[in-house]
Amino acid sequence: MLLEVNHLKTDFKLKKGIVHAVNDVSFGIEKGEILAIVGESGSGKSVTSLSVMGLLQEPGKVVDGEILYKGEDLLKKSEKELQKIRGDQISMIFQEPMTSLNPVYRIKDQIIESIMTHMKLSRKEALARTVEMLKTVGIPSPGQRANDYPHQMSGGMRQRVMIAMALACNPELLIADEPTTALDVTIQAQILELLYSLRERFNMAVLLITHDLGVVAEAADRVIVMYCGQIMEEADVKSLFSNPMHPYTLGLLNSIPRIEDESGERLYMIKGMVPNPLHMPQGCPFSDRCDRCMERCTLEMPELKEVGGHKVRCFLYNQEAGKEADDR
Amino acid sequence: MQMIKYMIKRILMLIPVLIGVSIIVFLIMRVFSPDPAPIVLGEHATQQSMQEWRLANGLNDPIWLQYVNYIKDAMTGNLGTSYYTKAPVTQEIFSRFPATIELAIAAIIFASLLGIFLGVVSAVKKNSIFDNGGRILALIGVSMPIFWLGILLIILFSGTLHWLPSTGRLNPLYQPTQITGFYLIDSLLTGNMNALVDALRHLVLPALALGMYSMAIITRMTRSSMLESMSQDYIRTARAKGITNRRVIRKHALRNALIPIVTVIGLQFGSLLGGAVLTETVFSWPGIGAYTVNCILKSDFPVVQGVVLLVAVVYVLVNLAVDIIYAFLDPRIKYAKKEG
Ligand SMILES: Nc1ncnc2c1ncn2[C@@H]1O[C@H](COP(=O)(O)OP(=O)(O)OP(=O)(O)O)[C@@H](O)[C@H]1O
Ligand code: SF4
Ligand SMILES: [Mg+2]
Repeated sequence: MLLEVNHLKTDFKLKKGIVHAVNDVSFGIEKGEILAIVGESGSGKSVTSLSVMGLLQEPGKVVDGEILYKGEDLLKKSEKELQKIRGDQISMIFQEPMTSLNPVYRIKDQIIESIMTHMKLSRKEALARTVEMLKTVGIPSPGQRANDYPHQMSGGMRQRVMIAMALACNPELLIADEPTTALDVTIQAQILELLYSLRERFNMAVLLITHDLGVVAEAADRVIVMYCGQIMEEADVKSLFSNPMHPYTLGLLNSIPRIEDESGERLYMIKGMVPNPLHMPQGCPFSDRCDRCMERCTLEMPELKEVGGHKVRCFLYNQEAGKEADDR
Repeated sequence: MQMIKYMIKRILMLIPVLIGVSIIVFLIMRVFSPDPAPIVLGEHATQQSMQEWRLANGLNDPIWLQYVNYIKDAMTGNLGTSYYTKAPVTQEIFSRFPATIELAIAAIIFASLLGIFLGVVSAVKKNSIFDNGGRILALIGVSMPIFWLGILLIILFSGTLHWLPSTGRLNPLYQPTQITGFYLIDSLLTGNMNALVDALRHLVLPALALGMYSMAIITRMTRSSMLESMSQDYIRTARAKGITNRRVIRKHALRNALIPIVTVIGLQFGSLLGGAVLTETVFSWPGIGAYTVNCILKSDFPVVQGVVLLVAVVYVLVNLAVDIIYAFLDPRIKYAKKEG
């Protein structure tokens, strides 16, 4: 296991109360695997990834759990030790390519900075590597574009630059936090394609964060569905699409726009809204939006249980372990 | 290339500015200032001698004609002569102006270095004891009148501790050969180390007094600008690269925060020239500020006009310098495009 997250809890202590942004989340990523985390806005995807990177900002704080990278707990490491890992072994790209690059430096300087921080290369060698990386991520005439400032590039190009920067030191794990959300649909597909091919080429693991199950279908090996800071379902991607178990997963699946669907019917939407993190419903966090909510759901919190190759947090599957619910 | 074109344009724009400023100061002096004749000639001057003096100085012509004549002369570099010393205005100004500029530059350097340092510390250690300390210092800085601060500094560092001289620009014994009129530069050029040290020692207290207010303003601007830039996405990216916090702050956050800070420094430099009047009085600094006030009171029209024009030039040049620094700091700025 390359990365193993155990019972991670991350809180935000606000004046109005404590938000449990990540609440007892556990998962693992194998070498070279693409694990997707899916969920609506506010489900704690970014906070999970920032916790792994050690980049949480005040008032966010990991309050419990462990984050084992190659068996070593990142939470026990000093900031100095983390700096050696960040950008070198674990890199991250972000949702907003337009603002994620420093506007006052040429892109080559931003990539060179990363390379020279972690690799023993001269500036000249670092520049050569930068151009090579830009070529790898599909930037035309990379030698020239390396001299561009971020504002001279489109969003798609900037995201490619971010990817080049993230991969410049051959990381073993890439965390991609909604890397395509801010981009046009056609560009989205290109970037996903790129990530997918780079994963093979560099043999790195990817933690792909998205709110779009459509993205997951194309790229991921395994999927975690998150809601309100908790894992609702975990399964490999084929099984999740062919046999979704959790009502929230079903809701997400039904709201994927389908190109072949010409019925003109309105897109399905999960009813209601994500609850206010300061006022979570009692019992199952999804209970106030769930079509199949039972009395028990509003009283007790279901546990994450292994059922038919999935892990599911839902009472529909929980009465007797191993026995699937009747109908769907 | 674009930059040079832009600079030439900006410098050409000085011409209308100078014409406007000269008209205004010309009118103000002639309409609101007391008649210079009795002041120049003394209380016991006769009506006739005063009339003759006015005629000789062209003050009986219609104002527009006086102005045209003034501009004509100014084109040839002749700004007139002082009513009192009879020396050319240019000479009067250039014997004093370097002292003021030297003081103002020292003050702005002090204000910028300390202001940026305190502002960065405040922002990085937000809400800590450093932050609160820095903010209190800034509050004191903006609310302390220059002359009062000047007197306090003199009492403490000259009177009580005897560390630093309280008045003047230099011990005359060390006077360096005059080249630029800036003692620091002249003493460096002539290798006169005694003069350099002595000039620096004289400069410390007035520069502190003059720069304190600007230091406070720059501290505040730096703090808020740093807080703003530290919350940007590219800072998170920089940290995700694994570079040290120090480097994140200096190379990424401060570098971006500098853009608005530079504007404030430019503005402050302009207002320092105003503050110089008080500072020069308190520290008997032989600059142009106190001298000009005296000339205004004595209705020495040519000198006042000359000084105002010079100050206008300095303002425009400082603004230009700020714009140029901007272009270096922020690659998104393209002057040539904006100017058509
Ligand atoms: N800086 C913060 N201050 C307070 N609360 C925060 C902060 N950042 C995140 N949270 C809390 O953590 C929860 C999870 O946020 P997170 O950003 O991880 O969601 P997400 O799943 O990444 O959503 P999105 O799809 O919008 O990116 C939010 O509901 C919010 O209440
Ligand atoms: S536990 Fe109950 S409320 Fe929650 S998802 Fe399952 S059925 Fe719905
Ligand atoms: Mg997010």
